[in-house]
Amino acid sequence: MRGSLIVVAFFALGCILGWSGYLPDVVVENNMTMYVLYLLMFQVGLSIGSDKKLKEILCSIRPKLLLVPLATIVGTLTASALISLVITKWSVFDCLAVGSGFAYYSLSSILITELKEASLGVQMATELGTIALMANIIREIMALLGAPLFVRYFGRLAPICAGGATTMDTTLPIITRYSGKDLVFVSIFHGILVDFTVPFFVSFFCSM
Amino acid sequence: MFTVIGIMFGGIAAGYLLRKMELLQNIGKPISYTILLLLFLLGISVGANDAIVNNLTTLGGQAFLIALAGTAGSVLAAWGVYHFFFKERRGE
Repeated sequence: MRGSLIVVAFFALGCILGWSGYLPDVVVENNMTMYVLYLLMFQVGLSIGSDKKLKEILCSIRPKLLLVPLATIVGTLTASALISLVITKWSVFDCLAVGSGFAYYSLSSILITELKEASLGVQMATELGTIALMANIIREIMALLGAPLFVRYFGRLAPICAGGATTMDTTLPIITRYSGKDLVFVSIFHGILVDFTVPFFVSFFCSM
Repeated sequence: MFTVIGIMFGGIAAGYLLRKMELLQNIGKPISYTILLLLFLLGISVGANDAIVNNLTTLGGQAFLIALAGTAGSVLAAWGVYHFFFKERRGE
């Protein structure tokens, strides 16, 4: 939760600075974001490639455990597609791109802003990126606050699926508390796998 | 799209080849700094954009709907998986 607050604070600081109009145009209108995004993607790759636990995790996968991340992905994407019927402003693929952030707000919002620029234009792409940031932060908050309710009505796996890509870090403590200690491994495995799918799903739906 | 994914795969390959390096085990920190920088930059473009600032409540409402849908959908799917595949083996 503290990490999310810092992220929101940085975003808000940027908003205020941009809104104040004190920044020179060079800062506002340059393409720096794109290159920083490339740097981020390279770092994400480095962390996946150099992870020593990755091999252990890949080896210990039992087919049944794959059902948990599968439920998260299928459930989220189906519901995101359905909700696009209500949100007329955005296409079904736009809603899917936002939904497939799976609470990984930082990466998904940035990817959407940059990748959608070509098809939607800067204005709409930035709007959709902002929606992605807010939607995925709200999802993380829902997962944190709703965990006890989800367990009671939908079973012990529900908080894990609700947490999406965050279940190996930010929402892990709350999941352990309400779903039980024996699901810690399932939760971590789920988080890593869903986390890994975010760049693929987001860029796939952005290209549609 | 392909540039982004391609760069990530380049990173995976480099990370795998260099996995013995101590430095790489602490990659989490620089990642979070880069994310903070990117969100700060995203904040600047959002704040400098009057159309977004004036529509923040509308965008927030849409964001809330998508978040609600995603959470509800995954929780329902979790119920299905739990009910049909995990429940009877609870003592496992």
